[in-house]
Amino acid sequence: MAQYLFLIYSDPALEADMTPDDWNAMMQAHQEFAGKVTAGGGKILAGEALAPATTATTVRGQDTPSTTVTDGPFAETKETLGGFYLIESEDLDAAIGFARVLPVRAGGVEVRPVIDTSAG
Amino acid sequence: MTQPTAATREAIDDAYRREWAQVLATTVRVAGDLDIAEECVQEAFVSALAAWDADGVPANTGAWLTTVAKRKALDHLRRASTARSKLPLLIEPEVVDPEDEGDEVSVIPDDRLRLVFTCCHPALSPETQVALTLRLVCGLPTANIAQTFLVSESTMAARITRGKKKIQVARIPFVMPQPEDLEERLDAVLTVIHLFFTAGHTAASGNELVDREVVVRAIELGRQLTALMPGHPEAQGLLALMLLTDARRASRVDAEGELVLLAEQDRSLWDQDAITEGLALERGAMAQDRAAGRFALQAAIAGVHASAPSASMTDWPAIVSLYDQLLVVWPTPVVALNRAAAIAMADGPAAGLEALDDAASSPALRGYHYVPAARADLLRQLGRDAEAAEEYRQALLMVGNDVERRFLQRRLAEVTQF
Repeated sequence: MAQYLFLIYSDPALEADMTPDDWNAMMQAHQEFAGKVTAGGGKILAGEALAPATTATTVRGQDTPSTTVTDGPFAETKETLGGFYLIESEDLDAAIGFARVLPVRAGGVEVRPVIDTSAG
Repeated sequence: MTQPTAATREAIDDAYRREWAQVLATTVRVAGDLDIAEECVQEAFVSALAAWDADGVPANTGAWLTTVAKRKALDHLRRASTARSKLPLLIEPEVVDPEDEGDEVSVIPDDRLRLVFTCCHPALSPETQVALTLRLVCGLPTANIAQTFLVSESTMAARITRGKKKIQVARIPFVMPQPEDLEERLDAVLTVIHLFFTAGHTAASGNELVDREVVVRAIELGRQLTALMPGHPEAQGLLALMLLTDARRASRVDAEGELVLLAEQDRSLWDQDAITEGLALERGAMAQDRAAGRFALQAAIAGVHASAPSASMTDWPAIVSLYDQLLVVWPTPVVALNRAAAIAMADGPAAGLEALDDAASSPALRGYHYVPAARADLLRQLGRDAEAAEEYRQALLMVGNDVERRFLQRRLAEVTQF
C-alpha cells in the first residue's frame, strides 16, 4: 500500500456564495466519498477542510538570517487549496479512481505520493 | 575469468539488440520496479558471457536471458522481503529452470503491451510517455530517441530518468488497465506504437532507410493490441495502416539502396499477403457505425494506394476526400501537407502548390524537410526549375536520412541541368 495526499483546489468565489444547504450537501458528499474509498479497498488516514486562502499567512526565509511573514497563500492562484485528504491505496490507479469521485466544485485534485520514510 | 570468444560476444550483442526490451518487460512484471528490473537484466547479460562461453550459445537466447533475469528479480524480492517482510504478495510463484530452454518460451508477449500501457499512463506527460516507451518497450538507445525528437542526449536521458522516477514514487502499476479504462488509455498507446513504427519505417539517421526490426516489433505490438481489443476500429486501423505501409518495403529502395517514390515503385514487389490482411482490417475498421478515427482513415488511404495498379490509375479524388475527413478528426499540419500532395495528384500541380502553401504556413512545420521537398517537386512538374532547385537546396539543409539526402541531391541535379 502507498499513501497519497489529495490537495483539493477549488474556486473560492463559488464557496463564498454557498448557502447552509449547499454546505450540508457538500458534507454529505464527503461522507459518501469516505464510503467509496473504503469500498474501493482504500483508507482515509486524515482529511480536513481549510479556511479560505485569504486567511493564510506565509512564512519564508527559514534558511536565511531573517525570516519574513506575509499575508496570503504561498502562491497566488485562481483556484486555491481548500482541503486535503491523506489516503492509503494500492497504487496510483486506485488513488486516481478515488480522486475522480471526490466532490470538488470548479477545480481539481492534486494527487501527491507520500514518501515512505520508514523503508530502508 | 577468461575472455569471451568472438562468437559469444557477437551472440550477446545480437541478443542485447533483439531481446533486451522483451526480457525487461517480463522481468518488470516479476520485480515490480523498473530500476531493479533493469539491473537484473543487466546481470543476466553478464551471466550469459561466462555461461554461453562454457556451454555454448542457447537456441533461444531470449528465453535463457528472461529466465535468469526473472530468477535474479525473485532473489532480489526474497532478500527485500526477508529484510522488511512485507513484499511476498508481489512474488510470482513460478520459477523456471534456466537449463530448461527447450521449445517452451518463458516469454509472455503480453508483458510488452502491459509495459506500453504503463509507459503511456496519463499521469505521465505525452513527451515522457513516448520517450519511456521507445526506451523501455522498444529498446531504442537514448541517443537515437534524442535524435528523433531533436533534443540533446542529456535532455532525453533526464526526461527518461524523471519518468521512471515518477512511475516508482507515485506507484504507477505494471498492469493492464481495467476494461472500462481501456478506451480512454488507448489513444496514447496507438500514438506511441505508430510513432515507433514510423521511426523504423524511415530511420531518422544512418545509411539504411528502414530499420526492419523496429518495424516488425511495432507490427507485433499492433497485433497484440487488436487481440486485446477485438473489433476496436482504431486498434484495427493502426494494424492495417502499418501492414499496408510496410507492404511496400521491397519497392521503396532500388537495387543500389536509393529511395523510390510511391509513384515510381514497382508494385509487383508489394507484399500481397500483408495487403490482403491490411485491407480486410481496414474495411472492418471503416465499416463501423461511428465516424472513422484517424488510424482507420489513414489505413483507408493506404488501402486505396495498395489497391491501385499504378499511381496514375489511383483513385486520387477518393484519397483527397479521405484526407478531408482526416483533417477534421486530426487537424495537424502534416495531414494538411499530405492532403496538398493528394490534391496535386487529383487536380494538378498548380492546385497542389496552392494547398501546400496554405498548409506550410504553420510554424510547426518549420525545419521539416518534407515541405521544401514537396514544393520543389511540384515546381519541377510546373517547369519552374530555378525555384525548384532553391527548394531542393533548402530540403537538403534539413534532411537527416542519407537515403533521402541522396534522392534530393539527384533531383537537384536534374533541375539544374542545362
